[in-house]
Amino acid sequence: MRALADAMREPATTATLDAEGWTSLFAAARAEQMIGSLAFRLEAQPMPAAAARILADARASAEQWRRSALWEAEMARRALAQLDLPVVLMKGTAYAAAGMDAGAGRSIGDLDIMVPREALKAAETALIAAGWEWVKPDPYDDAYYRDHMHELPPLIHRERDRMIDVHHTTLPLTARITPDAAAMLADSVVLEDGLRIMAPEDMVLHGVAHLFADGDLAGGLRNLWDQDRLLRELGVVAGFWDRLRARARLHGLEWHLALALRLTRHLYATPVDPALAGRAGLFDRWFVRRLLARDGWGRQTRKFTQLAFYIRSHWLRMPPAMLARHLWTKWRKAT
Amino acid sequence: MRYRFDVRIGPVGFRVGSAWRQPIAALRDLYAGYPEPDGGIADFTVRLEPERPWRRYLRPSVAIHGDFTLPDAAPLPLAQGLLAAEMGMNLQMALGQRRYLLLHASVVERDGWALLMTGHSGAGKSTLAALLGERGWRFMGDEFALLDPGTGLLHAFPRLVSLKNAAIDAMTAEIAADRFGPLLMGTPKGAIRHLRPNAAALSAMDAPARPALILFPRYGFAAAARPVGASEAFVRLTQASTNYVAMGEPAFDALSVLVRDVPGRAIDYPDTEGAVALVERLWTEALA
Repeated sequence: MRALADAMREPATTATLDAEGWTSLFAAARAEQMIGSLAFRLEAQPMPAAAARILADARASAEQWRRSALWEAEMARRALAQLDLPVVLMKGTAYAAAGMDAGAGRSIGDLDIMVPREALKAAETALIAAGWEWVKPDPYDDAYYRDHMHELPPLIHRERDRMIDVHHTTLPLTARITPDAAAMLADSVVLEDGLRIMAPEDMVLHGVAHLFADGDLAGGLRNLWDQDRLLRELGVVAGFWDRLRARARLHGLEWHLALALRLTRHLYATPVDPALAGRAGLFDRWFVRRLLARDGWGRQTRKFTQLAFYIRSHWLRMPPAMLARHLWTKWRKAT
Repeated sequence: MRYRFDVRIGPVGFRVGSAWRQPIAALRDLYAGYPEPDGGIADFTVRLEPERPWRRYLRPSVAIHGDFTLPDAAPLPLAQGLLAAEMGMNLQMALGQRRYLLLHASVVERDGWALLMTGHSGAGKSTLAALLGERGWRFMGDEFALLDPGTGLLHAFPRLVSLKNAAIDAMTAEIAADRFGPLLMGTPKGAIRHLRPNAAALSAMDAPARPALILFPRYGFAAAARPVGASEAFVRLTQASTNYVAMGEPAFDALSVLVRDVPGRAIDYPDTEGAVALVERLWTEALA
C-alpha cells in the first residue's frame, strides 16, 4: 500500500482519493500504528467531512497518549529519583518529552528507559517497590532476558496497567553489533525535570538499530517515519551530519544508517547527506517491499517476504547454535 | 476482500469484509434499509477471515479482525458468521471509539428524552429496551450508549438487538417473524437470535436525545427501587465504559455532568411485565 507513505510524504496526494481510498488509507494507517501521525500530517489538507472527523478523533486520541506517556515517565522518575542515576527516555516518550516533531500524533505504547547496566539491579528493586510487577513468570524467558537481552523482562504497573521496558543498551547482547551504551548515556541530554534524552545523533542511530538490526521490520513504516521527522528537525543544525557519521562508526551502525537514509529518502523524500546514504544496495528493494506489505483492508501481504524478514530477525539476534537451542526450547514448550 | 457490506449505524460507519458469502448475506438481509457510511467513508473496518488459508474450506472458522483486534479472541464456526460480524463491529467500537464516551447500556427515548439502562450481562437491559421499543418508546440501542462529551446528548446506535436464551421466546411472541435473524445455537453465550429494530428506530436514528433517567436494573428479584447517588452512579458507569480511560479528561467531565444532572435508580424486577410498569412509574416521577 503506497498511498499511506505517499500521504505522509506529500499530503496533497490525498486530493485524488475517493471514499474507498480514504477508508483504505485509514485501515492501513491504523494497522501501521500511524493514524495519529497521519492526522497531524493532514491537518491543513482539504478533505471530506467524514474523513476530517475521523482524523480529528485520532488527534484527540494521540493527545491522550502523549499525556499518559509523559505521566508514566514522571512516575518512573519519582520511583528512581533516590538512586541518583541517569534515566534516559527512549523512542516515543523521548520525542514527546522533548516536544519534537517526531512526537506529533505518534502512538506511544510502553515506556522505554535506559539506565547504566551496573544500576539495573537497583532500578529493578526501586520499580518493584513502587508498584511494578513482572509480566513473564516463565523461568526460561526470565533467564533468557537476563542473560542475553538488552533490557529487563517487561514490568507492568499493578495499578496503572502500563508496561515499562528497562534497557541497559540498545540491542540484544547476542546481536552481531554492539553499540556503545556507555557513550550514549554519557552524552545524553538532561531535560528540565531531570529525565534525559539521547543526544541527537544517538536518537537517530537508536532508531536505526531498532529498525534494521533487531526485529522483523514489523511497524517499520512508522519507525522510518520517526527517522524522517528526526532527520528533518535535527539535520539543519550545523555539523549534524559529520557528527552522525562519526557516531555511526563508533556504534558500528554505518551500514544500517546508510540503508535507513536511502529508504527514508525513497519513501518520504527526506533530505539526507548523499555521501552518507551511499549507493543503493542490492537488497534495498526487498526492504521497500517489506515496508509496504499492507493492503487497503489493513492486512499484511507478501507472506514470503515477511517470513524471510522474520527469519532474518532471529538470525541477526543470535548465533546459529544458540538460535537452534532457543527455537528447540520454545517449540517444546509450545507442544 | 471477496465479500463486503458497508453500513452506517447512528453516527458510525462500518466496512465489513468477509472471505465467505454467508455472513455478508445475513447482514444485508437484517440491515436492509440502513444508510451507507457518511460520504462513503467508514469509521471502522471489520474483517472476517480464516486464521489459516485452508480453514476457509476445511471446517471453516471465522476469525474476527479489523482496525482493532483482540489477540486472543477465539474464532467462531461459519454457521455463527453473523454473530462474528456483530462482535467485530462491537470490538471496533469498544477499542477504537474516541468521539463518544461509550457506556455499555441500552437506551430508549420518548418525547425527546432518553432513558439509559445499564447493568451486568443478564440484567435484562437488552430485553427491556427491545420491549419498550415496541410499546411507544423509540429504541436507540441495546449495546452501547454514545455520550457526546461536547453536548451531553446521547446518540442512537440501533444495532441489531442480540436476544439471548429465554429472551428469544419472549420476543418472538410479541414481534413479526420477518424481523428476526436465524437462531444461532451453541454460541459462547448460548442461544442467540438477532432482532431488527423497527421502522421508528431506523427513521429517527440521527436524532440524539438528552438523558433524563439512569436505571440499573436487576432481573429475578421482587420488585423494588432505590435511588442511586451521583458518586455510586459515576463509579458504576466508569465500570460500564470501554473507553473511559482512553478518552481521558473529556470523559471524566462528561460523566461528572451526567451523574450530576440525571437521577439514577436501581431497580429489581421479577418479570418483564413488572419491569415495564416500574419503568413507566419511575419515568413519570423523573419528568415530573
